[in-house]
Order: sequence, then C-alpha cells, then structure tokens
Amino acid sequence: MATKHVLSRREFVKDTGGLLIGFSLADGAVLPQVLAAAAETAATPSPNRLDAWLRIDRDGNVHVFTGKAEIGMGVETGFTQIVAEELDVPFSRVIFVMGDTSSTADQGGVGGSTSIALGSKPLRNVSATARTLLLRLAAKNLGASPDELQVREGVVSVKADPSRKISYAELAASGDLDDALKVSGEGFALNVEGLGKPKDPSSYTVVGQPIPRVDLGPKILGKWQYVTDVRVPGMLHGRVVRPAGVGAKLMGVDDSGAKKISGYVQTVTKGNFVGVVAENEWAAIRAAKALRVNWSAPERAFPEQKDLYQHMRTVAPKATKETMKKGDAAGALASATKRVQASYEVPFQSHATMGPGCAVADIHTDGLSTIWSGGQKPHALQKGFAELLRVPLDRVRVIWVEDAGSYGRPGFEDTAADAVLLSQAVGKPVRVQWSRADMTAWGTKGPAAVYDLAAAIDEHGEITAVDFTSRAFSGGEIMFVPATADNYLGAQLTGIPNTSGVDEFAQWGVQAPAYVFANVHAVSHVLSGFYAAGSPLRSTHLRDPEGPQTSFAVESFMDELAAATGADPIEFRLRHLDNARAKAVLTAAAERAGWERRPSPKPDKASGDIVTGRGVGLSTRGGTYVGTIAEVEVNRRTGAALVMRFVCAHDCGLIINPEALRGTIAANLIQSMSRGMKEEVTFDRSNVTSVDWTTYPIARAPEIPAQVDIVLLNHPELPPSGAGEPSSRATAAAIANAIFDATGVRVRQTPLTPARVKAALSVARA
Amino acid sequence: MSRTSLRVNGQSHTIDVEPDCPLLYVLRDNLALNNPRFGCGLGQCGACTVLLDNRTVRSCTLPVSAAAGKEIVTLEGLATEGNPHPVQKAFIQEQAFQCGYCLNGWVLTAKALLDKNPHPSDEEMRNAFESLICRCGSHVRIFAAVRHAADEMKRSA
Repeated sequence: MATKHVLSRREFVKDTGGLLIGFSLADGAVLPQVLAAAAETAATPSPNRLDAWLRIDRDGNVHVFTGKAEIGMGVETGFTQIVAEELDVPFSRVIFVMGDTSSTADQGGVGGSTSIALGSKPLRNVSATARTLLLRLAAKNLGASPDELQVREGVVSVKADPSRKISYAELAASGDLDDALKVSGEGFALNVEGLGKPKDPSSYTVVGQPIPRVDLGPKILGKWQYVTDVRVPGMLHGRVVRPAGVGAKLMGVDDSGAKKISGYVQTVTKGNFVGVVAENEWAAIRAAKALRVNWSAPERAFPEQKDLYQHMRTVAPKATKETMKKGDAAGALASATKRVQASYEVPFQSHATMGPGCAVADIHTDGLSTIWSGGQKPHALQKGFAELLRVPLDRVRVIWVEDAGSYGRPGFEDTAADAVLLSQAVGKPVRVQWSRADMTAWGTKGPAAVYDLAAAIDEHGEITAVDFTSRAFSGGEIMFVPATADNYLGAQLTGIPNTSGVDEFAQWGVQAPAYVFANVHAVSHVLSGFYAAGSPLRSTHLRDPEGPQTSFAVESFMDELAAATGADPIEFRLRHLDNARAKAVLTAAAERAGWERRPSPKPDKASGDIVTGRGVGLSTRGGTYVGTIAEVEVNRRTGAALVMRFVCAHDCGLIINPEALRGTIAANLIQSMSRGMKEEVTFDRSNVTSVDWTTYPIARAPEIPAQVDIVLLNHPELPPSGAGEPSSRATAAAIANAIFDATGVRVRQTPLTPARVKAALSVARA
Repeated sequence: MSRTSLRVNGQSHTIDVEPDCPLLYVLRDNLALNNPRFGCGLGQCGACTVLLDNRTVRSCTLPVSAAAGKEIVTLEGLATEGNPHPVQKAFIQEQAFQCGYCLNGWVLTAKALLDKNPHPSDEEMRNAFESLICRCGSHVRIFAAVRHAADEMKRSA
C-alpha cells in the first residue's frame, strides 16, 4: 500500500508537469514538494470548483487536496476511508495532498479536534459529487441511465449486465469532471456542496473499518519524510541565539570566533533577533555557540516561581467574564448548612515536541517565496509571512510537511519565521532546526490557571449551589491562528509588538462538564501576560486549551462534593448530569473497570506503605464524551503515585477507524497523565529554566500503566465529532481523585509529584 | 577537517569531516540518512539512536571519530533485502506510534534488547526503554509491539 502511494505521487508530480525539487532520499520518502516551474504566483485555489479538491488521473488514482494536515493521529487515513467510501474506489487508490497553500483550499488547518468533524464534510461532498458526475458520464458511454448502473472498485457497470463496464480512469480521461460547487463558511467551517449526496452511513463498508494507518508503515520502515528531511538545492543551515532573558536588548555581537569556523556564512541581527547561518548544521551550531553576544540586563518580568499563584490571585485581571448566573448562588451559599471550598492550581506547561521545531525557507521578496513547515495551520502562516515580508499573499507558498507531533501552536510557527528572517537576510534557502532549549524554554506555553470553587450543601445533603472562579493567562496571548507577523517570536524580537492576541477564558461548563445545580455562578478572569513581546513565558494553545486545567479543578471538586455528601463519585456525577451520552460513558467505564460503588476514600485496611485507589473524571468536549477511570498505587512513605490502569469509555459519534481511534486515545491518556503528574515549566525572574528533558521531565517507560482498557461507544446515527483532545482532558483529575481514594488526602496542585503527595500526606497526619 | 571512513548499513563511505562532529550530523547531512533524528543533542531522548557494533548509541553526542571502523546500522539498514525486520513488522502490526518522530530510537532499542535478551520481562523491557522519550505517549502500543516481536522471533527461531 505504501509503495503504491509513493509511486502514484510521483506519477502525479509528472502529470502536473511540476518540478520535483532536490531530495536525495530513501526510496519512498517523496512527498509532493512540487514547485510549478517558473511559477509567477502562489495563489491558494478557490474552493468553488470540484477540481480544486479532487482529480482522477489516467491510472484511476484519486488525488484529493485538503488544507488539513496529519499531526500524528491518523486523520489522513480517516479522510482516505471517507473518500474511498463515497467514491467506491479501493482505499489504496486515494492519495492525499495536505496543507500546501498553492494546491489546497484554506480549511483553517488543524485545530480544536475538528478535522474529522468539520474538515471531512467538504471531502465527503466532493467525493459524492465526483461519483455522480462519473455516473452521468458512464451512463452516456454505456447507453444506460445512471440508476441502472453500479460502481465497484472504481469501475462502473450495468447492474443487469456487468460485462458492460467502464472504469473511472477511462471516464476521467474522456470527460470533463469539473463542476461548480456551492461554498459556505470559512476556515474550519468551510464546506462545499455539489450535485452528489453522500451515502447513508448505514451502508458504509470502508468507513468504520480498522484499516492500518497510511503513514505508519512507511514511518516504521524508515521511508517517511518529515520537515526535518526537506533539502533544497543551495540550502544553508541557521541557528538562532535568544536573548539573555526577557527584555534583554542587543548591545553588540562579536562574531570573530564564529567566522573562524569552517562553513560559517553570515551573522544576522535585526533588533533583538540574532541568528547565524552556515553551510551545514554542525557548523551552524558551533557558530551560534561561538558568537559573543552582548545583551543588556534582562527585565525582572516574572515573579519568583513560588509566588506565581499568589500573583495570579492578587493581580488585577485584564478581562473578566461572568459566564453563568443561574439562580442565586451567593444567597444559597450564605444560608447553607454546610459549605465546601477548594482551590486548585495548574502550572505553565510546554509543548516540548519530540523534535524541536524545524523549517526551511526560500525567500525571494522580488519573486516567489516558499516555506516548508510543520505548523498545523499552513494557510495562516502564509498570511503571516506575507505580512512579515511585506509582499502580496500570492507571492508566498507554505508547504506543510509533518513535524514532530504539534499539539496546538507549539512554536513550529516561530521556527518557520526564524527561517524566513534568516533566508531573507542571506538571500539563500535556509533550514532552521531549533535546539532543545529553543523549543522547551523559548517555545510557546500552555497557560497557568488557578481556580476557586465553593458549594453549598443543605440539611438533606443536597448540593444547592456552586460558585466557580477561574484566573488564567490567556490561551490566546499568542494568537493560536498564526496569521499575522506579530505572532512570531522572531518577529517580536525584531521589534514588532504583539497586538493580535485574544482573551481566552477558562470556563465552567465549557472546558469542564456542565453539571446541573439549582444555583450556579461562574466567573472567569484572563490575566495579562508578564511581558508584551518576545517572552519565553507567553501562552497559547496547548492540546485541549484550558481543558486539563479547568477539568482538574472541576472534576476534583465534584469528587470533593461526592466525598462531603458520602456519595459514590460516579453516582454523584450521574445525579448532576442531564446529558445521556455523558452518563453513558461514565456507566460504560464503571462497568469495564469493575467499579465498586462506595464513597471515597477507600476504607483504610492497608498496613504497609503501599495503598491503592481509583478515581474518575468526565470530559465533555465539542460533542464528544469521555469517562476516564484511573487506578493508582501510592507509596505513603515517599508520596510516589503510579497509575496501574486506565479505563476510558469514549463516544465521538460515528467512528471512522476504531483502531486509529484507540491508538489516539491510548496516547492521549499517557500524554495527559504525564502533564498531570510530571510537567511544570520552571522559571526565574527573567528566564524559563526548563530547558531540556531533565529540567522538564515527562513520563517515561517505567511510569506507564500496565493496562489501558478503551471502550468505544459507536453512534453511526450521529455525525462524527472530535477525538484529538477530549481524552486528554479529565486524566489529571481522575488520578488526583484516585490518590484521594487511596490515601484520603487531596492534592490540589499539579503536577501530582511525589513531593506534593508527600507534603499533603504529612499535613493530614499532623 | 579530516578524512574519515565509516561503514554504514553495510556500505563504506569516506568523508571529510571535523573529527569532533557528532555522528548524527554526518549521517544526516553527508549521507542523507534521515532516520537518526535530532531530538535534544544531549543524549536524553534517543531520537538519534543508531546501532554501533549492534549496541545502541546516541549519535547526537558521539564524535564521528569514535564511530570510524565500526559497523553502524541505522533504521534504514534494519530491513534485509526488502524484508522488514521482525521488530518493524511487529511495530506495524500494533500500529505503535502517533507522530512517529521518536520511533527510530524505540525500534532500534527494541531490536538490540531482543538480540541480547529474547524474552525480556516487563520490568527488563521498561528499564531498557527508560532512556527514551515518546512525547505523544504511544508507550502502551510500543510495549505491545515489543512483546509481539519477542513472540514472533521465538516462533521463527
């Protein structure tokens, strides 16, 4: 299958008369890096024609063009199934071109777990339309009416006499397959409709099948190309040198040492942006080290880390939103028989992708510029780089090529901007791969958040009111759609102020389930970032923006309320939910886990250091429902907690590919466990001090649970919703709730490190 | 610069390179072998793993001079005559990764582990992998793939 894909891609490249530019790669590693020879413009195709989305070549291969991208969860495979299903062609005949701004419509790129939910709609519609047009052509050709025809594996035949047949390939060669489409919406919501009606899901034979992912075979065989592997003729290598700390100004650079390094090409400075370009990567790395950069003293813009949450609770908010006011929560709290109050704290976290960001830029301000980047919103990058270069949009082409993971807006966008600035300065194509510290310390961050919750309990033990307050840095301090020049770190360092940020609130009922109580008051505050531009502590989207944070607070608090009223944590939740699907995932998870109905904590029967417990968390996100149960083992002497088992019940409507979905859920559970138990960005007054895997530790092999059970609740009668993020959300809370169940001690701050658990245990003992 | 002879995936290469240049950059930039990947440059994550005389090493910190005269195998060289290595087959079977950027280290470390210890216990396997990072969190399927590979290799032994 893999080989077929690659060969057909090559065929396609030949067909278009394009120029395949210089890769010397293992066989099979070629993606469609097609540069139209002597292209004058790099305009993005308008979505209003069928052939902007789908073309069939003379071999019968179906080429599909989408502005979406594969960031490691198997979306290309899901899309392939959807197209093969609607068109009735073999799965292996469908070939995707993704995220190339010159050949794919702007679908907003990847975000919000919407690629399948929204992004597949136009693909389904164009495939159905192509099928309808092909049937019309076939009807003419075979002298029959379209409803007398059937399609199997890309061959149309007469139902009554299957020997009368013609293939899609022949039809496509003989007839005009293009047609006008009706366009609606834009970005993620872009949709097109044509003549064809998609199939009834009850007839699906390809969608819903556990087909192996198209990318994993070639990847495991070493035949895949990531953006790190893009090579263009004459390409140089760049490295950046970041300021000595936030706000430090460039006073001067002595590059005499760098100049002595064989392969050194040029030092580039612009404002406080500093980089060096060399003929090969090792020379660039050494030259960057050899640069003696004189910086002014950095600003002391950050609080002491130990004072972060105090700062967040006392500083005047930048923006405030009352997101819910139902009944009279204040009144109910004032007259309550019993009140429960708790506060929760979640730190800054780093995307810390496996490979630091990488990009190649070939900039020609008087011609066409091309940027290869793994940033998950390529059309936004095209706009931002056009603005940065002050050239018209159609002079910039961004070609998405897969980078390591992504998880939101990780800094790949900033890497690409660095490559743009360096290539512009030296007039040659430049590849930049960041250092580990460039990524972990200077990449963007997921925002820290603090929460204060209170609930009123009446004399019957009923919860009568909940009051919720969040105070968080904005997940849009750095705009998550990177479509403006001011978005990029390198550009900010050149002196462009960050003005495109937006206030994004951590909200009750949005980033955590909308539990039903008689009186609810919810207020969310957004806090100003510490430094206006060029800060290593700037926050933006990290997988499930504000979700794990808000869920940790709300799902922990629901557990505290269950404990305060002597209720089983799942039963308590079921009582305060009005959504059948949310209830169903909790029930399904409980059943698979063999959940014992009883209040937490577990009656203490253990005599040694090791105690065990279980906890639950619920995630409701964009029409997807996830119930997660964690079973933990806690060492009461050391405070070390280990997840022994996860059980996760997952409902995302219609399932496109159950095996790819299970893989994504299993990985989400581990990554979010890592975030909940290990991950915290550290900083001093001027710098982020998390610079590598030692100072930003994440979960490793010995900490992985032995057992992960996933229960998929398929709903073919419902449209598919997202799966990229929902199962990341409730993990930390489920683990904290399990630690409480095991020990009777509540840890209200993540990460749930041995030190925090131990400290909570000693407070409880004292 | 000095002339260095390297044997990589069964082929000999002579290149001009700084002797202290880490092997990683020579494999990637001089020999266009993409699968040893840059992850940290500090030996902390394993993305740059290669086999040196059948033992895993971190090519991001190993000077190229230390690899001269030894048998270097990268992921590209794991399959023989177009046949995937049983470890690769098992990883494909289990659909073990998300983005896959880290997989070079996991697949080669699994191969080296199973060569040395064909039936690792769960603890031995986890310890062998402790020095590797997978940021996406694909560990559960990775472990399943290693068990699967061990079973397959036992069957065909």
